[in-house]
Amino acid sequence: MAECSVFIDGKAALVPTGTTILQAAGAVGISIPTLCHHPNLPPIGVCRLCIVDVEVGDFHKQVAACHAEVQDGMTVRTATPELERARRFALELQVADHPSECLDGETGEPCELRDLARRYGVTKRRFMEDETRYPLDESSPVVTIDLNRCILCRRCTRACSLVQGQDILWIMGRGDESRVSPALSLPLRDTACVSCGQCLAHCPTGAIRDKRPLRPPVRPEAVVTSVCPYCGCGCQLDLNVSGEQILRVTSNFDGPANRGSLCAKGRFGYHFVDSPDRLTRPRIRRDGRWEEASWDEALDLVATRLREIRDRHGPDALAVLSSAKATNEENYLIQKFARAVLGTNNVDHCARL
Amino acid sequence: MAYEKILTRYRDLPNYTGTIDEYITQGGYQALPKALREFQPADLIEIVKRSGLRGRGGAGFPCGVKWGFTPKDSPKPKYLVCNCDESEPGTFKDRMLIEEEPHQLIEGLIISSYAIGCRLAFIYCRGEFVSGAQVLERALREAYGRGYLGTNILGSGFDLDVHVHRGAGAYICGEETGLLESLEGKRGQPRMKPPFPAISGLYRSPTVVNNVETLSNIPHIVLRGAEWYAGIGPPKSAGPRLFSVSGHVERPGNYELPMSITLRELIFDHAGGIPNGRRLKAVIPGGSSAPVLTEQHLDVPMDFESLAAAGSMGGSGGVIVMDDTVCMVRVGEIVSRFYHHESCGQCTQCREGTAWLHKVLRRIEHGQGRKEDLDLLLDMCDNMKGKTICVLSDAAAMPIESYLKHFREEFEIHIRERACPFEGKGAF
Ligand SMILES: Cc1cc2nc3c(=O)[nH]c(=O)nc-3n(C[C@H](O)[C@H](O)[C@H](O)COP(=O)(O)O)c2cc1C
Ligand code: SF4
Ligand code: SF4
Ligand code: SF4
Ligand code: FES
Repeated sequence: MAECSVFIDGKAALVPTGTTILQAAGAVGISIPTLCHHPNLPPIGVCRLCIVDVEVGDFHKQVAACHAEVQDGMTVRTATPELERARRFALELQVADHPSECLDGETGEPCELRDLARRYGVTKRRFMEDETRYPLDESSPVVTIDLNRCILCRRCTRACSLVQGQDILWIMGRGDESRVSPALSLPLRDTACVSCGQCLAHCPTGAIRDKRPLRPPVRPEAVVTSVCPYCGCGCQLDLNVSGEQILRVTSNFDGPANRGSLCAKGRFGYHFVDSPDRLTRPRIRRDGRWEEASWDEALDLVATRLREIRDRHGPDALAVLSSAKATNEENYLIQKFARAVLGTNNVDHCARL
Repeated sequence: MAYEKILTRYRDLPNYTGTIDEYITQGGYQALPKALREFQPADLIEIVKRSGLRGRGGAGFPCGVKWGFTPKDSPKPKYLVCNCDESEPGTFKDRMLIEEEPHQLIEGLIISSYAIGCRLAFIYCRGEFVSGAQVLERALREAYGRGYLGTNILGSGFDLDVHVHRGAGAYICGEETGLLESLEGKRGQPRMKPPFPAISGLYRSPTVVNNVETLSNIPHIVLRGAEWYAGIGPPKSAGPRLFSVSGHVERPGNYELPMSITLRELIFDHAGGIPNGRRLKAVIPGGSSAPVLTEQHLDVPMDFESLAAAGSMGGSGGVIVMDDTVCMVRVGEIVSRFYHHESCGQCTQCREGTAWLHKVLRRIEHGQGRKEDLDLLLDMCDNMKGKTICVLSDAAAMPIESYLKHFREEFEIHIRERACPFEGKGAF
């Protein structure tokens, strides 16, 4: 692949053709502020924070680093006083109608706008506006849409249409009346939303957030990368934990199988973990009553009964039904067990239902 | 020297209604057979380059150069789209051209399609142009009837179909990539560039977007030659231009003139001067996006270079004349209201900035301005320019900046006196 040699803030970088300026800068350790960019999504260049100064030959322009690709011999300046002034201005406009309690960090939720506003020392001083109050859409069982915190970065709309393929969220209205909404301004519950939470996972501000808020002082103490226990896809996820308690599941965009995507169960269905109803040990029913048993006891009983049934009625009196919660390898083993050990071809799987 | 009209010559003919027979009687549809028989497509691109024709939609980009950007051998079809969205405040010449002389545009469109290798062309017509769109539909039917459109046009083997598409009423659909999105049936919002339409436009295929007036020039260039055309007006701004003159003049209307004409000649000789013996205060020379000029600029010629040197731009050719009863703060309020309403809402600076420009100008006009507002306005304008997906943001900022530059005192009076000094007396 052809390579381009570029200079970014005086540092030389050699990157493949087709690399964006943002990626090239990242490769040499220069971070450019972004809001609408998300590595999981195609760039749309709307927040205009990542604007940088580029020069190639006679061409001198300001371009969006998240979208513009490097060209051989390009000189890039990422933080001239003019650019930093423009960023501060864009941030000022963004915080103008942003809820104060959010900017003050009282919500306990992470927010990329708050972080950037603090970094640039941006306040509501010059642009003071009545904070528009949009009613919350709490109709979904899993997410809250709070347009008061929305910065119109359109990550959610891209996530919903391009990652999830569900096309629920889009921008309604024009100009400063633009807002994120399902078609016809329907409440989320009345749409084909599948409660996957991809919108939430990509939202930088908490405008779309988990319906169950993280309330201080309960804060995640650690983030533990794990694998979703629900099915055999092997989706990676991050468990945000405090002691033994899972506070929240968040996307892990490095997961090779799912790159941050999760289904409603994987993202929101973790409460069974510490449910008092959850079975954690085998039980055997004796005289109509469940009694806890050891694994050895339970497995011996199953093996004995299977052998008895096979000896008395033949192997085809047995059947094996396996589960999508098991991996492919485990499913392979269970059919092998059915055919080679039990001697029957009676094999079926819940995913066929 | 009397100027011989080209694009609007028909206007001097009594009872002319723009039907195909009238157009042909006046020498119409002679350029088309000439183009098809005597020239290869590449020749035509060369001719248009040599003619010096520059786009009349706003940016003044050399037309032939733009055509030349489309790839020679594209596996995808190429498209020509005529931009008839004409929504720039103060501009009303494309509407006249399609309503009164539609075949001039259609002939230009056919020749241009042949030149770039397009088999399917579109006319994107501003939604409000109901009768204009009807005239175009009628004219297209006539052209099909005479074999100027359809398959094997005039036995040349060249095929072309043309569709009229009506917009739904958004200024931003005049921006060429917003237009293409809208034409594809999507939300009218500009695309990021590059790629430019010549490489990836309509349905991600090579596309040329040209203004109505630009295309209307093509038959004349083909018929009378690039050198003839290049000889009209200043060398870098060749050919006739339609100026839509409105506001405080005796005779508002469209004036076809070479771009060597000065503002003074245009306003005083052609448009009859300022009525009621009043004085000229300000003039916007190229549509509402253009920075304002004043009396001191009256001798500036109306070509692209001279207007840029004077701190403004040729833009869309909409000349808005204001006499001394006009309050420039009020003008700012009205102009900023327009851009506030028309921003598509993608870019932060434009979406929020146009709203704030409008808000701050409104409060100054209504006596609630603050001392720091003028510097705030200038800082906003400065930060809104050159940093967005399309130039609507610049178009909103540049005029306001210019009003402050030339009429700062008027803004200061509003703030100091806590009222508009023109209140009740002004033109608006
Ligand atoms: C906000 C905005 C609105 C525009 N509106 C129009 C329009 O109504 N008509 C037009 O011809 N060009 C308009 N333009 C210019 C077009 O983007 C484009 O440059 C033009 O159609 C190209 O044609 P030309 O080269 O023949 O001038 C607009 C540009 C912007 C940024
Ligand atoms: S939860 Fe999933 S389907 Fe529903 S709106 Fe969000 S991304 Fe779209
Ligand atoms: S809801 Fe969140 S992700 Fe969607 S546009 Fe608003 S801030 Fe961006
Ligand atoms: S500059 Fe304004 S109109 Fe143009 S794309 Fe950005 S928000 Fe839309
Ligand atoms: S991150 Fe590039 S424009 Fe938003």
